[in-house]
Amino acid sequence: MTATAAPPDSAEIAAIILKNMPLEGPLLPILHDMQANFGCVPDAARPQIADALNITEAELHGVISFYHDFRREPAGKHVLKICRAEACQAMGANDLSDKVLELLGLDWHGTSSDGRVTVEPVYCLGLCACGPAAMVNGKVRGRVSADALVQEVSA
Amino acid sequence: MKVWVPRDAAAKALGADAVADAFKAAGAEVVRNGSRGMIWLEPLVEVERDGVRVGYGNATVEDVAAILEGSAETLGPVEEIPFFAKQNRLTFQRCGVIDPLSLEDYEAHGGLAGLRRAIDMEAADIVAEVTESGLRGRGGAGFPTGIKWETVRKADAPQKYIVCNADEGDSGTFADRMIMEGDPFCLIEGMVIAGLGVGATKGYIYLRSEYPDAIEVMNAAIEIARQNNVLGRVLQSSHEFDLEVRVGAGAYVCGEETSLLNSLEGKRGIVRAKPPLPALEGFLGRPTVVNNVISLATVPVIFEKGAAHYASFGLGRSKGTMPIQIAGNVKYGGLFETAFGMPLGELVNDIAGGTITGRPVKAVQVGGPLGAYFAPEKFDTPFAYEPFDGAGGLIGHAGVVLFDDSADMLGMARFAMEFCAVESCGKCTPCRIGAVRGVETIDRIGRGDASAIPLLVDLCETMKDGSLCALGGFTPYPVMSALEQFPEEFTGVREAAE
Ligand SMILES: Cc1cc2nc3c(=O)[nH]c(=O)nc-3n(C[C@H](O)[C@H](O)[C@H](O)COP(=O)(O)O)c2cc1C
Ligand code: SF4
Ligand code: FES
Repeated sequence: MTATAAPPDSAEIAAIILKNMPLEGPLLPILHDMQANFGCVPDAARPQIADALNITEAELHGVISFYHDFRREPAGKHVLKICRAEACQAMGANDLSDKVLELLGLDWHGTSSDGRVTVEPVYCLGLCACGPAAMVNGKVRGRVSADALVQEVSA
Repeated sequence: MKVWVPRDAAAKALGADAVADAFKAAGAEVVRNGSRGMIWLEPLVEVERDGVRVGYGNATVEDVAAILEGSAETLGPVEEIPFFAKQNRLTFQRCGVIDPLSLEDYEAHGGLAGLRRAIDMEAADIVAEVTESGLRGRGGAGFPTGIKWETVRKADAPQKYIVCNADEGDSGTFADRMIMEGDPFCLIEGMVIAGLGVGATKGYIYLRSEYPDAIEVMNAAIEIARQNNVLGRVLQSSHEFDLEVRVGAGAYVCGEETSLLNSLEGKRGIVRAKPPLPALEGFLGRPTVVNNVISLATVPVIFEKGAAHYASFGLGRSKGTMPIQIAGNVKYGGLFETAFGMPLGELVNDIAGGTITGRPVKAVQVGGPLGAYFAPEKFDTPFAYEPFDGAGGLIGHAGVVLFDDSADMLGMARFAMEFCAVESCGKCTPCRIGAVRGVETIDRIGRGDASAIPLLVDLCETMKDGSLCALGGFTPYPVMSALEQFPEEFTGVREAAE
């Protein structure tokens, strides 16, 4: 989807890298900070990160692509994560996610064409005794219904 | 008036923040405690009356005025609710009781007593105390914690590490999350004692990104611990220990200890071959203790009350207590800490009250996505390491997920394979490719092709034997246990699960 976040600024990228360099194993913290700042790990940041850590861009790509969390492009305005794991399935998570995806006209990992919402699967949120569970923009939700979730991401 | 409204993620997921705000607006003094673990009652609000904390279950904003007036219907004293009263709370003794971010409250409830004792002990005696307690790893494998610590203690290196595994990816588990949100100093204290025992001065908590609330509480607690010399110069002694939270990035396999270490180093979370053991060559190649949150958070009570006290609980070689998490389609879902040995059926039927739908329990999955399904015929199995192993399963991180009779066991077997395919680190073929074949084979069976059943059995054997770690190696547990106990669901034409 089209990115609406500010284009990554190379000074900002440099500052994020610099801040994390004193850490032992700074790469994941750098990637998390990039995503917090730019809504994704921008391709434009890759040469600078690889350079700072003295790794190749191919190695860097290997790391970024290994983890489900990191995005290449910003997500929609709302991010809806629905738990697909066993305890939530025992409480009807399959029907719930089918219905949500249908109501939004999306498939897993899809973003609506107006950039309003991205839907992603998640495997357990630790809310397994009050499932089905979901997360809306980083906020936890228990015993959810499809209608309530869709409502929450409609604005 | 003082009111407790949990800040636990499950309570928040059920509306606790709005309830807390309403109490504040009404002029009450609000403490955001952890959860007592009775998740079906959340948000569970508590008010002190005549020196006793009484509870109000499933509290809403509309209930606030009546609770403050004393006219709302109460559950009575919270600690007398049977689900709570029947427990042996050792690791979770303070969770839900105290303000998680008050070090004063923590100390007033037994916190730091263990560390004060440990700090005057020789390192070898600290490790011996843990060994004598019989504590075994609560992350899944059940390895004796003291023995692991001894290996690290004896290793000679300029720098050693304590790494806390807070990746808690197993469906049906939330004990790590609850203690980090409800009693974070307990984990910090356990890690400091581990540092004293093995000679490590630096610790990391690898905390999954799916737990933003736990990340917030842990970071705040670490800051408070630094300001009060719990971290840094430990209790003004000559010992140093500092601690950092590192956030995961959504990979289940990073809960495997060597994958976790790679991830912590900023690499792909590929599983490493053992040897070398992480105890000798762990984080950045240095001797490293990797322990689960609950293993480490149990250390303070062992030092506070003594190894013998801890070891007096339990069954056989499963010593002490286990915070069992009961989830899924369950009437009384939550965290139940009890001595090892309670029969599974008692947990499922008496403690948890069966299913919330009121329909018969068809099966329970114990030990997360790599754990076996247990049909009611096996409910006499005592909850402990060896008996579960003997019954063809594992307790893992002690999650128990209930399913009612509408559960689709072929679909659950398919999901186990699908999950393995999604989360495989890719290092071994039987796991990476086998899991994909597993999904296809189960789909064939679902279409009525019974000749694919032996193929599935073969595939499971190959995965068991040819996988480097338990992701590929144990995925056959849920698959085979479903097939063996519910064979009728694997014959005949049926709709594919998805
Ligand atoms: C695929 C996989 C996932 C795992 N996930 C976790 C986890 O989330 N938390 C955990 O403590 N241990 C997990 N483990 C077990 C760890 O490898 C390791 O045994 C454990 O952290 C050791 O700590 P303990 O001895 O205190 O249990 C996992 C293992 C495998 C194979
Ligand atoms: S079994 Fe699977 S997850 Fe484990 S090391 Fe092999 S490929 Fe990786
Ligand atoms: S299984 Fe859905 S929150 Fe744990």
